[in-house]
Amino acid sequence: MRRLLWPVVVLVLLLALNVFFTPSFFSIEVKDGHLYGSLIDILRFGAPLILVSLGMTLVIATGGIDLSVGSVVAISGALACLQISQDTSVFTAVVSALVLCVVLGAWNGFLVAAVGIQPIIATLILMVAGRGLAQLITGGQIITINSPAYKVIGGGYWLTVPFGILIVIAVLAITAFLTRRLALGMLLESVGGNAEASRLAGIRARGIVIMVYAFAALCAGVAGLMISSNVSSADGNNAGLWIELDAILAVVIGGTSLSGGRFSLSGTVLGALIIQTLTTTIYSIGVPPETTLLFKALVVTAVCLIQSPSFRAKAFGRRGRTAPPSPAPEEKVRVTA
Amino acid sequence: MFKRISALVVVGLAAMSVAACGGGGSTTAGTSGGGDSTITMGFSQVGAESGWRTANTKSVQDAAKKAGIELKFSDAQQKQENQIKAIRSYIQQKVDIIAFSPVVESGWDTVLKEAQNAKIPVILTDRAVDSKDTSLYKTFLGSDFVEEGKKAGQWLVEEYKDSTDPVNIVELQGTTGSAPANDRKAGFAEVIAAESKFKIVASQTGDFTRAKGKEVMEAFLKAQPDIDVLYAHNDDMGLGAIEAIEGAGKVPGKDIKIITVDAVKDGMQALADGKINYIVECSPLLGPQLMDLAKKVVKGEQVPPRVVTEETTFTQEQAKQVLSTRQY
Repeated sequence: MRRLLWPVVVLVLLLALNVFFTPSFFSIEVKDGHLYGSLIDILRFGAPLILVSLGMTLVIATGGIDLSVGSVVAISGALACLQISQDTSVFTAVVSALVLCVVLGAWNGFLVAAVGIQPIIATLILMVAGRGLAQLITGGQIITINSPAYKVIGGGYWLTVPFGILIVIAVLAITAFLTRRLALGMLLESVGGNAEASRLAGIRARGIVIMVYAFAALCAGVAGLMISSNVSSADGNNAGLWIELDAILAVVIGGTSLSGGRFSLSGTVLGALIIQTLTTTIYSIGVPPETTLLFKALVVTAVCLIQSPSFRAKAFGRRGRTAPPSPAPEEKVRVTA
Repeated sequence: MFKRISALVVVGLAAMSVAACGGGGSTTAGTSGGGDSTITMGFSQVGAESGWRTANTKSVQDAAKKAGIELKFSDAQQKQENQIKAIRSYIQQKVDIIAFSPVVESGWDTVLKEAQNAKIPVILTDRAVDSKDTSLYKTFLGSDFVEEGKKAGQWLVEEYKDSTDPVNIVELQGTTGSAPANDRKAGFAEVIAAESKFKIVASQTGDFTRAKGKEVMEAFLKAQPDIDVLYAHNDDMGLGAIEAIEGAGKVPGKDIKIITVDAVKDGMQALADGKINYIVECSPLLGPQLMDLAKKVVKGEQVPPRVVTEETTFTQEQAKQVLSTRQY
């Protein structure tokens, strides 16, 4: 739990900064039968990033990385919107988009696990080609649709709560159950820690890796539906652009090491929330757009540094060293985080 | 080694001089032939990234057909290297005139020099290049983004001329650093600076996209209790913002007045529906003007170095009238 202390501190600091500039920041009211407020916004706009990051966490836990999620986001939204614009039922459109995403993810997994291409290269293929595929589906245009049913996924509400948040909670619960209550999580960590040793121990690493990439693509697919549904249109060029980088960042801020092995789902959710809060903060306190990226970079650097025990020991003197020594693997995770 | 390099250079120079002779020959043939010989134009388009761009392509193709100009068209798919390749192939094919919309502003000197050596005139459309040597191209045909910003500002000044209350404006900028974003911001700011009641209370980039426009507007609505006017640098960001405004329980077009730039179909629909108050057109239909210029340039007539696209503005009533005839 101590691993999550620093991300929590950063999130609280960011929220406090917002309250300082906008006193009404924490107020949540019910407007037109749904919840309304800045905190709800952070959750609602952060929902796609949380989903993509969850998938990314599992991929990174196996020692891989998935650069193609941004393109999958675009493909999923494009295919769903195209079909709805041709009067296909929303259900068919959503299901076929998600099936395509799973197939693409399995393709990534196949390249990594069966062919043996390095993950960063294997997924780079789909990252580049996928954007083209999305543009092919949309014909290079922005497809605008008018479907109240589709709108619910990313822009709708259920019992006053934004539907996107409910989807995230459901996916998070399922993932947590599968990886923490069943042996799957341990198998994942074992494959990420040492693939060869796990194979010798009798774990079918290949199947697990393919499944994990398919899961990451499925998460990205759902995120893509949310993003396109939120604005009732599909934009092959811009939907999900650079979301893979934000997702990797969220995973790292959450304390999962890029070298694979142990992972933290709650840490990833925190990381994604920090990134989204940072974005919202920039809009509300009025950081000029020219300096936005620099501001973000400074905050992220600070977060990463403050999470590193060796940096804390150096910066704050002896107090850091008197901390009880933690077990070796955890130490490794914290250093690289 | 040195010999080999120098041999290559000699071969290269020879090839260039041959191309130059050929280019010159074809141009003279084109002009001396009189009215019956057709002009060949090589046109390199940026890509097909938006409805605006597609309309732009179609306008150029249709206008060429109408003007009896033979058009060699290529799509650069957003990549400068494709565009340079296309221009080189036009030089080899000895077209009479080259027109293109540069993907980016810089890095064109070499290939434009090659065209100049081949005596093929070049016209820039829609976007400019930052080359210091303006003799490399004959003219630049495109929108004046500063003027678009000014038109948006003028409507606002006119709309609020009877009121003395302060007017709080929020601005959704285009992609940071892009020419349309910089110029539309500058033109607008210049006009509204004349009266102190106008105040831009928040200004952020929405990256020209609907999704970002919505997200940024949501944050504006919470951080700024009192917003009277939204100025968005394109229709798409405005459309995203409309959803955010509706989500906040306000009426777009009434509680918050909205001005956008572009006039694409979805934007015009929203304008006709009363959700947007005013749209400044940024017209992609520059084909006919381009063909006129091309004919003049090939004939050897002088053309002005900067030609602004013929553009207009739309109010809600005008939008209702022209909506059915919009081409993009």
